[in-house]
Amino acid sequence: MSELLKITDLRIDFHTPRGELHAVRGVSLEVDSGESLGIVGESGSGKTVMSRATMGLLRGRRVKRSGSVQFEGAELLPLSNKEIREYWGTKIAMVFQDPMTALNPVRRIRSQMSEALVKRLGKSKEEANARALELMKLVRIPDPEAVLDKYPHQLSGGMRQRVMIAMAIACDPKLLFADEPTTALDVTVQAQILELISDLRRKLNMAMVIITHDLGVVANHTDRVAVMYAGELVELADTKDLFARPRMPYTEALMNSIPRLDRQPGARLPSIAGSTPDPTMERTSCGFAARCQYATDKCRNEHPELTDDGNGHLYRCFFPLGGN
Amino acid sequence: MAGTGKAHLATSGDAVLRVEDLVVTYETPGGEAVQAVSGISLDIREGETLAVVGESGCGKSTLAKAVMRLIPNDGGSIKVMDKEIAKLSGEELRMVRPAMQMIFQDSISSLDPHMKVKSLVEQPLRVWNRGNEAERAAKVRDLLSSVGLDPEVVGDRKPTEFSGGQCQRISIARALTLEPKLLICDEPVSSLDVSIQSQILNILRDMKDRYGLSLLFISHDLSVVHAISDRVVVMYLGKVCEVSPAGDLATNPRHHYTHALVSAIPIPDPTKQTGRAILEGEPPSPANPPSGCRFRTRCPAATEKCAAEEPQLTEVSVGHYVACHHPR
Repeated sequence: MSELLKITDLRIDFHTPRGELHAVRGVSLEVDSGESLGIVGESGSGKTVMSRATMGLLRGRRVKRSGSVQFEGAELLPLSNKEIREYWGTKIAMVFQDPMTALNPVRRIRSQMSEALVKRLGKSKEEANARALELMKLVRIPDPEAVLDKYPHQLSGGMRQRVMIAMAIACDPKLLFADEPTTALDVTVQAQILELISDLRRKLNMAMVIITHDLGVVANHTDRVAVMYAGELVELADTKDLFARPRMPYTEALMNSIPRLDRQPGARLPSIAGSTPDPTMERTSCGFAARCQYATDKCRNEHPELTDDGNGHLYRCFFPLGGN
Repeated sequence: MAGTGKAHLATSGDAVLRVEDLVVTYETPGGEAVQAVSGISLDIREGETLAVVGESGCGKSTLAKAVMRLIPNDGGSIKVMDKEIAKLSGEELRMVRPAMQMIFQDSISSLDPHMKVKSLVEQPLRVWNRGNEAERAAKVRDLLSSVGLDPEVVGDRKPTEFSGGQCQRISIARALTLEPKLLICDEPVSSLDVSIQSQILNILRDMKDRYGLSLLFISHDLSVVHAISDRVVVMYLGKVCEVSPAGDLATNPRHHYTHALVSAIPIPDPTKQTGRAILEGEPPSPANPPSGCRFRTRCPAATEKCAAEEPQLTEVSVGHYVACHHPR
């Protein structure tokens, strides 16, 4: 597999009234073509900021970006708004959590879908129409012709998310970012949408990055998983390896705190005491030290680097689970 | 259920809450009547946590609000500690309210942003004129520490200074101020991170033991429900499908809808085949529910009988009831 996206030491800072907020603190990550990568983290972990910065969606006076984001070898960060647009749709596309706010409420689905096809691919109106119908079938929308003539508010959440996915894949992107694509959906609909995205990825040979807070979602739909905590990448491994042998105490604690149907009912859940560190502070310790049950003085006074265990399993911990 | 029935209700009278044939109707802007809750019966025994689980639009939140008498009902009975409250209003209703309290999904917006935390928690005592100032202050300190907040640190601060998890702790403390018998929790952990979610679930459990509460726990998340409840009621389109002890429901769901719900939950373990989509499509509109069993339009086992006849809740094993003509 070839390298599609290469993020190196990406840092995103926001200027806020409280001072400089370090949302992403030097993340390096690669996505190979055709692979499915999960990025897992809780609120404030920087997962969404990272993906939006990669897409070139974060810019302006209040955002400071540094590091490098390369797509097929070309640097994306310095690109202007106009230049990055050339990448959207045809190379990188994104599905957002809330399709209702991502879709235009006053335009019919048909006109929103054909817009990209006409403007980006130079199709005629008839061609765009035919392709729109084809895409609607691809995302398994029942009665696609009728849905094309509807407005977003006339569709259910699940249908709207299917429309969003259809629009995202309309121009055959090589990489699809899905930012919490199913968080707003019911669990039975979530299962349908996740199966759909995974099928499409294989069928269209797209690479995909699923950003989610839910370890259950990545377990069954990704090849590799990156775990983020407080702006940092803290663990990265093959999905099976990560779940079988988490090295980072945070990952283990997160896994344990999830209520699961295959556990004893009514059993007390192990929880992670405390909350995430102040995002405006510089990091002079392990970001998880204050909440970690294994933390020592070293963890509280030094900042651990990302370490490879020799098999491509990366972790950011002085005392990884299972030993060094 | 997609059916009805009361077979699952306890015969003896020790229920903290007993709801029978509750109906709640909304009117759409077009003047159409939509039954969000159509003839639900359930009971909660002393010290029990009963969960109501279902997807968006199944009527679970409407049920919670109707039980609290926050919205009007269109029939049925609601008994709290054997007292009929479905028809009460005004001062009579106010008198029963201290026994039943509620916490909400969005704890930040359910707390007055201008009030200090200690006043928020103390307010119910002032409204009910209970205790003198010193007694009230002691009670507030006690409640805040019992939900894991340091009263000295948080007492003089305002809700906006706290995270969602901390605000939910404050809401719990406030809900317990009047020592209710019944605590209704409407999606209390849905907007919280998993690591915080488990903290709140544990607090609810501790509070239940400490104050002898009974809980009505509304949630869309079967795994959360599994972790906290004794019994579970599964709702679909305003009706009850299945009532079961929590453990039994996860391992042996008998209703086809419950089975689909259980299968769809992604378990964080790549070696297990979970998160499967068994159901196609989405629930039909409650404005125009299917005849007979309401789930039949999506059910893999549906027959003509399901369209003709509404299934009744029937006991299939001890304490496990299902409303289905062809249970799994």
